[in-house]
Formats: sequence, structure tokens, C-alpha cells
Amino acid sequence: MNIIKFLDGFASENLTSRLSSRKNMLETMGSLGKKAAIAAIPFGLATGKTYAQNLKKHEAPLQLALTLEYLEAEFYMKSLESGVIPGGSRAEKIYMQISKHEDAHVALLKSVLADAGADIDSPEFDFTAGGAFDPFNPENPDAYAQLLALAQAFEDTGVRAYKGQAGNLQGTPYLEPALQIHSVEARHASEIRRLRGLDGWITLNNRGEGMPAATQPVYDGEENVTQAGLDLTMITAFGDVAVSQSFDEPISGDTAVAIASLFIV
Amino acid sequence: MKKPQTQNDQQSSDLQMANSRRRFLKTGGLLLAGTSVLMYACEPEALMDENLNVADARGSKNTVNLGKGDVGILNYAYVLEQLEAAFYTHVMDGAYFAGAIASERKILEDLYNHEVIHREFFKTALDSMNIPNGRKIPELQFDFSAVDFSSRDAVLQTSIVLEDTGVSAYNGAGDLIENTAYLLIAGKIVSVEARHAAAVRSIYLDDPTAFAGDDVVDQNGLDLASDPRDVISTVNSTGFIVEKIVASALPKK
Repeated sequence: MNIIKFLDGFASENLTSRLSSRKNMLETMGSLGKKAAIAAIPFGLATGKTYAQNLKKHEAPLQLALTLEYLEAEFYMKSLESGVIPGGSRAEKIYMQISKHEDAHVALLKSVLADAGADIDSPEFDFTAGGAFDPFNPENPDAYAQLLALAQAFEDTGVRAYKGQAGNLQGTPYLEPALQIHSVEARHASEIRRLRGLDGWITLNNRGEGMPAATQPVYDGEENVTQAGLDLTMITAFGDVAVSQSFDEPISGDTAVAIASLFIV
Repeated sequence: MKKPQTQNDQQSSDLQMANSRRRFLKTGGLLLAGTSVLMYACEPEALMDENLNVADARGSKNTVNLGKGDVGILNYAYVLEQLEAAFYTHVMDGAYFAGAIASERKILEDLYNHEVIHREFFKTALDSMNIPNGRKIPELQFDFSAVDFSSRDAVLQTSIVLEDTGVSAYNGAGDLIENTAYLLIAGKIVSVEARHAAAVRSIYLDDPTAFAGDDVVDQNGLDLASDPRDVISTVNSTGFIVEKIVASALPKK
């Protein structure tokens, strides 16, 4: 049996045909946003407040998402412009791919939120975190290491933050696209971690070799080994290392904002 | 249940084996069910319990119905995790893993650990849910005779497909879950599957962007998401799972 053909069949249209349907996602999300906005203006008497009330359930999580995506998009753009990443390197190609995705996430979320009449302005970022880092300065011998460490922190934060908002988006048209962004962030996180010499997954609450202590809040709570009330170290033959790696943990919106705020002016 | 396959393995070249496996699967459904009853017949107590499962949950002989509602989605996840765990169990026993470089061994061993933990989690969680015996998903039987576990290509290509499928499946199931706690559990697992997919793609595919390649992430920056029926249809078509999985009662959008 030809294994390639066999695998092609497995990965066939069924799993990729949604690419075309997802092309419509932007439109769908946009038009749904419009419908929600129209529904929020009964008899033309609506005020800005009415918008906010009617969109509240998903607006806050989507605005948090947009803030994090703005942070990542600007970070990767400035990283690629800085000259710190060796031209033509594997790292540069990885950063370019991630940058492309973060830009797309910004565009998608802006479109949805703009249709809803919500605030879509980007915060002003300070990637030195008040002078702690100097990642875009080619004169700084630690710049490259800092670029990688910050990317890891942003991606692992993104994974946890989207996960933390899934419940708030439940029952809205925005849950599935948010989940689809969430797993892309996880792919990014895995690759950046491996580029830094770590595993692609998080062990206990270890931030990993070379990560600044300031990034510890990104990892606190990842050591959890109890899921749905089951201590998985008790019901499996595995210890806390493997169990903690097997499940990623969410962070609250407040925690995500606190982490992002380190880089917001 | 592995016995007939083992005999095939020993008798046949790969190609012949695949052919005979197909024949076996086509004509052997009744034989399989019959064999399992015979096996259980050796243990009278097991016969009582397991016969109920065979008769009810498996419906007509060797089909397994995922059922409906949130339990159906949990069953769906349990089936996929059983598939992944069974695959990596074979990988661990295979010649490619035995001779692989340390970095690849480490990744595959971690993936084995994680998928077995996911499987055991769903098994225990579902066991605790007061599901009538006949509706419980049994431990499935697997046939990986089409995968050459001595081949790096075969092992890593199959791994990539299974991990990407896991991502696609969990992403596509999120909207179908009613209980927010289950949605969160799915979210905790899907990102680990995505970390896996990225790692195996990265070590295997000759493209530095493959970890989140344009074949899996679209121009809106969105990952795969598939309807459970499509995923199960594809899984059934691989023949990896001996039983036929039925997803028709799962929630629809």
C-alpha cells in the first residue's frame, strides 16, 4: 500500500475543504457583527451605550484578543525590521510566518469590532518593558536572546488568554474563529520554544532556560495536574511532569491584561 | 483480536498484507465479532459484561455509535485519543523509534505520554458519568498494518496527519459543546495537539514555515476546523480503527 497516497486520502478535502469556507469567515463575522449592531438599535433610538450592552458578551473578549494581537503583530514587525535576526536564517523565516498570521488576526478582529462600533485603536507599546529589555537594538549583545524570549512569552500568553475567553464566547459566532486562532498561537509557541532549545510544550510552571524572571506569571498555574476533578497522576501511570505537559491551562482576562500591560505605555 | 493480523503479518509481504487486510476487514466483520465472543467465553464473568457492550454500544456487530449531546462529543474525543495513543504505542515498539536520533525519540516519547494521558482522562471521566453500560464506548481495536513502523517517513507522516486531525477535530467541535466546563477541557487539550503538530511538522517537513504552514493556516490566520462527521468519515476510511464509528447522532451546528 502506498503510504503517501494513503495519507493524502486521510488529509484530503475533508480536512482542508474548510479553507474555502473560511475565506467567507471574514465576511460572515463582519455581517454577523452588523446584524448584531442593527438589532441593537431598536426604532433608531439607540445610543452608544446600547451597542455596548448588546455586544458586551463577546466584545470584551474580542477586545482583549485584539490587544494581544496588536502586541504580537507590532513585536514581530519590529523584530524583523531591527536587523537583530540574521538575514536568511531559519529564525527569520519563522518570524515572517508568525508575523503574517498576527497581522491577519489583527485585521480579522479589527473588522469584527469595527462593525460592532467598538474601539479598535492600538495601544502604544514599549517592548523594553520600561527599560528591562532592549530587543530591537543590534548593538545589544543580548538582543537576539531577548527577541526569542519575548516571542515565547507572548505566544504562551496568547494560548492561555484565548483559552480563558472560550467560555465567554460560547454561543456566539466568534467561538470557532477564536479557537482557530488559539491553536495557531499554540503552533507558534511550540516552534519558538523549540527554536530556543526547549520542548514545544510547557512542563509544570517552568518558564524554561533563559526566560527572564519577569515572565513567570505567564507560566504560573500550568503545573495543574487535576482535570474535571480527576488527579491524573493518580489515574494514570504518569507523573506530574508528563501530566502537566498534556493539558495547557487558561488565564483570566485580568491576568492576560496584567501581562500585556508590562509592554503597554 | 490482534491474532489474525499477526498471522497476516508473518505470512505476507507489505503489499499482500495490505490486500489481505482489506479482504479481512471487508469479509471479517462477523468473524471479528465471533472471535471476540469466543475470547470472552473463556472468562464467564467477562462474557456477561462485555456481551452487553458488544450487543448494545456496538450496535450491529462491530459498529460503535458515539451517541448524542455532550456525551457524544466526549465519546468522539475519546475515540480520537484512543487512536492517537494506539498509534504512538506502536511507534514505541517500532524499529524507527528504536534507532531514531535522541531529539526525535524525545518528541515521540512525549507525544506517546500525552496521548495516553488524554485517553485515560476521557476513559475515567466517561466511566464516572453514569452512562448506561450499553452506550459506553468500548476500548477500540486498531489495525496499523498499513504503517511501516520501521520507516521514519511513515511514522512522522502519520503522526502529522493524526495531530493536525486532532487540532481540526477539537476546533470544529467547540461550537457543538453545551457544557462550558467541557469546552474548557477541549481547549486545554487542543493547544497541546497543536504544539505536537507544530513540532512534528518542524522536524519532518523541509520548510521552516511548516510548523504553521499555509496548508493548515489560511489567509485569515485561522487553523483547521472540521465537522465531526467529516473527521469520522475520514478516520473510518483509513481502516486504523477496526470498528466502524458512527457519528450521525452528534450535535449539528
